[in-house]
Amino acid sequence: MASQVDALYIYLLLVSGLMTALIFISVAVLAIKYRRVPGRDAHPIEGSTVLEISWSVIPFFVMLTFFIWGAVIFFEERTPPANATEVYVVAKQWMWKIEHMEGQREINELHVPTGQNVKLIMTSQDVIHSFFIPAFRLKQDVLPGRYTTLWFNATKPGRYHLFCAEYCGTQHSGMGGDIIVMAPQDYAQWMAGGPSAPLQETGKQLFASLGCVTCHRSDVQGRGPNLIGVYNKPVLLEDGRTVIADENYVRESILDPTAKIVKGFKPVMPTFQGIISDEQLNALVAYVKSLSQPPTGTAGLQDQPAPSPAQPQKMQVQ
Amino acid sequence: MASKAASTAIPANQPPKLNYLNNGSSLKSWLLTTDHKRIAILYLISVTAFFMLGGFFAMLIRLELLTPQGDLLQADTYNKVFTMHGIVMVFFFLVPVVPAILGNFLVPLMIGAKDLAFPRINLLSWYLYVIGGAIFLHCMLTGGVDTGWTFYTPYSTAGSNTNVVEAGLAVFIAGFSSIFTGLNFIVTVHRMRAPGLTWDRLPLFIWANYATSLIMILGTPVIAITMVLVAAERLFHLGIFDPSLGGDPVLFQHLFWFYSHPAVYIMILPSMGVISELVACFARKRVFGYKFVAMSSVAIAVFGFLVWAHHLFVAGISLYAALVFSLLSFLVGVPSAVKVFNWTATLYKSSISYATPMLYAFGFIGLFTIGGLTGLILATIGIDVHVTDTYFVIAHFHYVMVGGVLMGYLGGLHFWWPKISGRMYPEGWAKLSALFVFVGFNLTFFPQFILGYVGMPRRYWQYPPEFQVLNVLSTAGASILAVGYLLPMIYLLWSLRYGPIAEANPWGAAGLEWQTTSPPPTFNFDETPVVTWEAYNYDEIPPKELEAPVAR
Repeated sequence: MASQVDALYIYLLLVSGLMTALIFISVAVLAIKYRRVPGRDAHPIEGSTVLEISWSVIPFFVMLTFFIWGAVIFFEERTPPANATEVYVVAKQWMWKIEHMEGQREINELHVPTGQNVKLIMTSQDVIHSFFIPAFRLKQDVLPGRYTTLWFNATKPGRYHLFCAEYCGTQHSGMGGDIIVMAPQDYAQWMAGGPSAPLQETGKQLFASLGCVTCHRSDVQGRGPNLIGVYNKPVLLEDGRTVIADENYVRESILDPTAKIVKGFKPVMPTFQGIISDEQLNALVAYVKSLSQPPTGTAGLQDQPAPSPAQPQKMQVQ
Repeated sequence: MASKAASTAIPANQPPKLNYLNNGSSLKSWLLTTDHKRIAILYLISVTAFFMLGGFFAMLIRLELLTPQGDLLQADTYNKVFTMHGIVMVFFFLVPVVPAILGNFLVPLMIGAKDLAFPRINLLSWYLYVIGGAIFLHCMLTGGVDTGWTFYTPYSTAGSNTNVVEAGLAVFIAGFSSIFTGLNFIVTVHRMRAPGLTWDRLPLFIWANYATSLIMILGTPVIAITMVLVAAERLFHLGIFDPSLGGDPVLFQHLFWFYSHPAVYIMILPSMGVISELVACFARKRVFGYKFVAMSSVAIAVFGFLVWAHHLFVAGISLYAALVFSLLSFLVGVPSAVKVFNWTATLYKSSISYATPMLYAFGFIGLFTIGGLTGLILATIGIDVHVTDTYFVIAHFHYVMVGGVLMGYLGGLHFWWPKISGRMYPEGWAKLSALFVFVGFNLTFFPQFILGYVGMPRRYWQYPPEFQVLNVLSTAGASILAVGYLLPMIYLLWSLRYGPIAEANPWGAAGLEWQTTSPPPTFNFDETPVVTWEAYNYDEIPPKELEAPVAR
């Protein structure tokens, strides 16, 4: 990704440099050639529509090449591959808290293997921060109250700067860290050195201990929707809208359950706002997502378009 | 002692004509004046004071960044310093500098009017500016504010424990000052043009200020409302922007930039108008493609309202919204490029004098070209993801704001100084300071483009040591730049007493403002001029040979 961005940057520098040189040289040459000399007056010239149109239209087409190339790169930057390893990031004044799916936790450091697509699912506990890795030419603001994502595939082992790029208070410039890119075998070794259960396991325990499981049952219809296979699928709501059950939807449904009620259900779920931490929330989201992955032993449910009986086939259209 | 020298400079046999400067000297005659020229002088003094304050903050920033460690200032102090540098320079210097000083002085003169349409509202504008400024000074002296001039939520509403509401109030009140100025200009240009001065005969400076005024009255209310919303959330915990209260932090950024991006054009358009006047006068030619230059000002004002979200590419807006705003942003590039091409084309087969104002015009064209082209790089969305919120952005907008606006202002101030003060400035010193400004500016801000691309984020109090070399260059440049700005303050003040007396039209310039005396009488023209010629009829006016050296 970095090399693609650099290639575009070099193209832009060349075009801009050429334009700058054109203007500078024209101004300098004209300024010297037509300096005031006694006996030589200025020639009145009115202007030229042909010239005006050509120096409006031609630069615009050059700019369109900037736009298209930049858009192609951006499109790729914003589209994480399906097979990406997910890592949760929680920002707070003034540190980065990282949780790997395997349960490893880090502060101000992120270990990743080379050659692996890594998707960061990020949120903030307080103000807006921005996750910036200059070496990868990537940056994404991290917002309170919602998830934003960033993905990359590191190619070269090493230690790279991580900066906070959105001003966030006193120690904004101290809110940095390192991205540590390791060869896969070193990474496996590092990962094995850690303790703790995988993130979705923590989430599963929370799901039981917080009582979620009593309503969101996977065997019989409970008071809440069955969550198996829900993630990333369209959900028909009570008010007739359809939303995709992405990470932000799952998060919102935990913190503000009445915001988007699934069709056929009653708004009986209590909010968990202020009751669970961002880390616990991430674990719950990871657990709900794990319910939609094939190897979780729910294969029999996978071919159902939607797990909730309240969702008719109609929603498949949209 | 000083008065003795002064009396030698004024020819004793010639009693000074009554003009706007000597028509009353009491404090009241200044503070309650409704003369647009006197109000321009009031603005000149107060805006210059804020420029020096903002410049002082800038020097503190550059000194702190001389070393990678945070050593000169505390982190909190540094955060306040860059915030107050931004607020002072944007709201109390860049927005009013050209319209409220040069525009106020020149708009009625250039269209052959006795004053602006609403002279009392014009005075009210200045008082609002001063009240806003005083509130800001109070805020500064009682602890300051640390949110950055952008006031991003939820930091500004829930995070910062500084005096955000008072700073917001200062911006709110100063905003009304520019709304009233804009209103005044629009009505004046519509209703008070001299007989024969049709729209297609207007000086381009008038066109530029007209376009600026449109943005002022359409855009400024939005920042005022936004500041009210910030205060409401901060004081009364109404959930507007803070997600923990049910708000949306990105909404703030939309509202803020809906004003603050067009505000960039409030700043640059009047300076572009100045450059058109300077290029025409010192090249002795009508500006090439007059109609296209005039219309490009209006086009910039209109397109300027359609591009705000290019500040939000990484803020969490949708992929498709980002693509649309990237494309629209390139549209603004077209009318800006049209201006640069036309100024350059004006030089062809012209007769150029290298007087100081023209040197500033050359400087403007060069620096604005770099500022504009790096704007295209930032509009290219795949690059913006990397360089936004880094020093690349800082360098880009300083090339436009300082390289553009300030060069235009200084060029204009020198050009019209004889008209404003009735005295000539010292040409040699002026050329020297123009050189200092150009060299110092580039040394300060060019390294910051590189600094940004290699990854130094903005608003950093301390930074990794590998960024030091470029920061040292930048600080060195800033010291040269400071000299370049201090010199004019000294020699222009000096010229008030010791400068040679200026005649009515020392440059042999076209434009109605040069047909009245220097300085003009209180009501500008002894009799209303009637215009029978096109703008910039330089082929009908013989050039003036200055005592300044003219290259041969």
